[in-house]
Amino acid sequence: MSVTDTNRRNFLKLSAGLGAGLGLAVSLPASTKTESAATAEKQDSYEFNAFLHITPDNQVIVIIKHLEMGQGVSTGLATLVAEELNADWSQVRIEAAPADARRYNNLFWGPAQGTGGSTAIANSFEQLRKAGATGKAMLVAAAATRWGVNTADLSVNRGVVSHRGSGRRADFGELAEAAALQPVPAPETLALKSPKDFELIGQNLSRKDRGKTDGSAIYTQDIKLPGMQVAVVAHPPRFGGRVTRVNDQPALALPGVEQVISLGNAVAVVAQDYWSAKKARDRLEITWDESEAFKLGSADVMARFKAAADQPGVVARSEGDSDKAIKRAARTLEASFEFPFLAHATMEPMNCVALVSKDGCEIWNGAQLHTGDQYAVAGELGIKPEQVKVNTLFAGGSFGRRANPHSDYILQAVRIAKAMPGTPVKLVWSREDDTRAGYYRPAYLHKIRAALDEQGLPLTWQQTIVGQSIVAGTPFEGMIQQGVDPTMVEGASTLPYRIPNLHVDMHRVDLGLPVQWWRSVGHTHTGYSTEVFLDQLAQMAEIDPVEYRRRLLQDHPRHLGVLNLAAEKAAWDKPLPKGWGRGVAVHKSFNTYVAQVAEVSTGPNGQFKVERVVCAVDCGIAINPDVIRAQMEGGIGFGLSPVLMSEITLDQGRVVQSNFHDYRVARITDMPEVEVHIVASAEPPTGVGEPGTPPIAPAVANALANATGQRFHRLPIKVS
Amino acid sequence: MPITIRVNEVEKSVDSSPDTPLLWVLRDELDLTGTKFGCGMAQCGACTVHLNGQPIRSCVTPVSVAEGSNITTIEGAASKAARAVQQAWIEREVAQCGYCQSGQIMSATALLTSNPNPSDADIDAAMGGNICRCATYVRIRAAIKDAATQLVQGA
Repeated sequence: MSVTDTNRRNFLKLSAGLGAGLGLAVSLPASTKTESAATAEKQDSYEFNAFLHITPDNQVIVIIKHLEMGQGVSTGLATLVAEELNADWSQVRIEAAPADARRYNNLFWGPAQGTGGSTAIANSFEQLRKAGATGKAMLVAAAATRWGVNTADLSVNRGVVSHRGSGRRADFGELAEAAALQPVPAPETLALKSPKDFELIGQNLSRKDRGKTDGSAIYTQDIKLPGMQVAVVAHPPRFGGRVTRVNDQPALALPGVEQVISLGNAVAVVAQDYWSAKKARDRLEITWDESEAFKLGSADVMARFKAAADQPGVVARSEGDSDKAIKRAARTLEASFEFPFLAHATMEPMNCVALVSKDGCEIWNGAQLHTGDQYAVAGELGIKPEQVKVNTLFAGGSFGRRANPHSDYILQAVRIAKAMPGTPVKLVWSREDDTRAGYYRPAYLHKIRAALDEQGLPLTWQQTIVGQSIVAGTPFEGMIQQGVDPTMVEGASTLPYRIPNLHVDMHRVDLGLPVQWWRSVGHTHTGYSTEVFLDQLAQMAEIDPVEYRRRLLQDHPRHLGVLNLAAEKAAWDKPLPKGWGRGVAVHKSFNTYVAQVAEVSTGPNGQFKVERVVCAVDCGIAINPDVIRAQMEGGIGFGLSPVLMSEITLDQGRVVQSNFHDYRVARITDMPEVEVHIVASAEPPTGVGEPGTPPIAPAVANALANATGQRFHRLPIKVS
Repeated sequence: MPITIRVNEVEKSVDSSPDTPLLWVLRDELDLTGTKFGCGMAQCGACTVHLNGQPIRSCVTPVSVAEGSNITTIEGAASKAARAVQQAWIEREVAQCGYCQSGQIMSATALLTSNPNPSDADIDAAMGGNICRCATYVRIRAAIKDAATQLVQGA
């Protein structure tokens, strides 16, 4: 059986979706030139191409087209340029690219600039090495001209061009001005290094996103512009509520308050600082029209999902005849899995600085979908997308939240700024605003039924997935093909195990709630249900869970590679202390393969602790092993929260949780020891931001089953 | 009536109302933006600063409480322990998004100032109030141990 890898295809669809939804033409207007020029003008740097500038004082500036949200992308992208440029790592610094889809589009997304789907390194791998190689060729050409020598006799090493015969040397800074004027070599004349010659790729180079240990790194929250005002908003108590009436007098009576602006679906208070605005916001008297508001509770939502699950769904994948096979099977097993809504809960609550003027609009934020945001803002203001200038800052986390196809908080900031043209406005959400504003990982219900053959191996697997589509009604809707939303079924529809009769279908229940992708998207739930259920099949077959997976993964060497490596490094067969359990999960997402072995200890009253996780990852060529390790550690820690404690619940439409005391997340006290092993590979690099997350929940659940004999079909886990 | 506070060894007179949390005085009035807003209710630790050497959550500390006290923020963290912690943070590449790290560093510095050789349990107790959504906890733990070793050797 072969499983078609749909990931790459998804991105193509996504780009088609973006193009259709946003009305993007393949070639965007040339009016973004002003932004590029602005970048080039900065402190006498010489522009070699869209990604490379060099200053006379010998600094190599790499322009970073993707959002740095902590995943280390600026370090990885700079490494690609520096590698082919033969730069010295200490001379390299980074600068965020402007929004300019012509120059800085995500090559997997067509004509759209943005970061997501763990694509940043993968889409840039060749593009940025070529940018570096171009620069090197131009520096060499300039040196050859200056010294009257052949380029063939010149070499470039750690930021210095030297001539073999004469011993003449020049650093990049000395050559920059002349080199930038050299003809740009044709791409086909550039020979990129063979991986065996990599000097920087594969090294644990220090990160370039500095200023994060002394308070000097600037986030959106830290922006202060002359004359800037701060806005705090009141949202309706239920999604879909509308403002009927506002008594703003108590708010306006407070010192420092400038004005109160009704936005229809929210009310904004604008003041000279956050605390003045927040105090005034809390004194607004607002009457809401909730006739169209969402009023279901979490249990109602799950009941609707269960009713839908009993009906035939839209088929995402079907092989063999699973209905027929299940009738003649020796043993069968069935389970339902329930997943709650989840908030992203980035440490930096959502925020955006906006300035609307007669020339257009300028925004400052941790921009993740530059092009989509430009079109959304342009639509709001009735201007052209290229009149929306985006200043991209470090993001204090995102986990998908800042890649909102609805540009929700950005549009909110712009609407406020529109009411006060010429004044920069910083919209700041409190933690409560952020937790209750929606755009959650949707709730899901899965039903799986399977049957084993005489050898205990799966003969059939039938899986039904029910939930709200993330992409429906957004510019990404084009991803839905023949009714199948890949962001709902990915990971299940791509199940790698050798199962002759396999059927995966789905139901969209469109609740109208604001939902969104959350680190690893569909894999957040499919990774759990498939790997827990497969573990149960192994148990029923009385076959060791690692051995069971090995037998079913014979056609998938990269899955096998990470599985075997994790099992070996974890000493899978070594006995554990009493009350401990060990569990495994292996899952591919975003073209990266990850296996994790978790060890848990259990105590009285259902208490347990995840003690240790051994992780193996195959992400192709490892650009920066330390960044990969960091992303696996972080992906594991992030994925632990929904296992241990995180859950957004609705009570008659109201979000119950509000802050970290009731939307609890993993703390240092919850964090296991983590050991990461990287599979050596010559395959092109794939992403690491998301793939570390899916396997941890099932690995922990399987370890707990091993320790307690209980199986867990609802997250977060409660041991009885 | 202006309130006088001493921030990073410099006396400052601020006009904020007395109930304003110290966090917003630091950030909005004194432009010391290294101290971060995360939750506003002492649940995440991103706003941690030192008040007379003790770690406090500035988001729930009215500025009036800080009157006449010595406040140290990440921008002024220059003690031996603070420098060791910052150095260890860089060498371990702890930070990912980095937004919580000012608070983490202030909590870790206070820990090592009072307890030069913390156990895992001591680290849990001191750092359990600081959330990192990037989950850099493995490295935070390692970096605190590195800094402790460095402080002992450097002493």
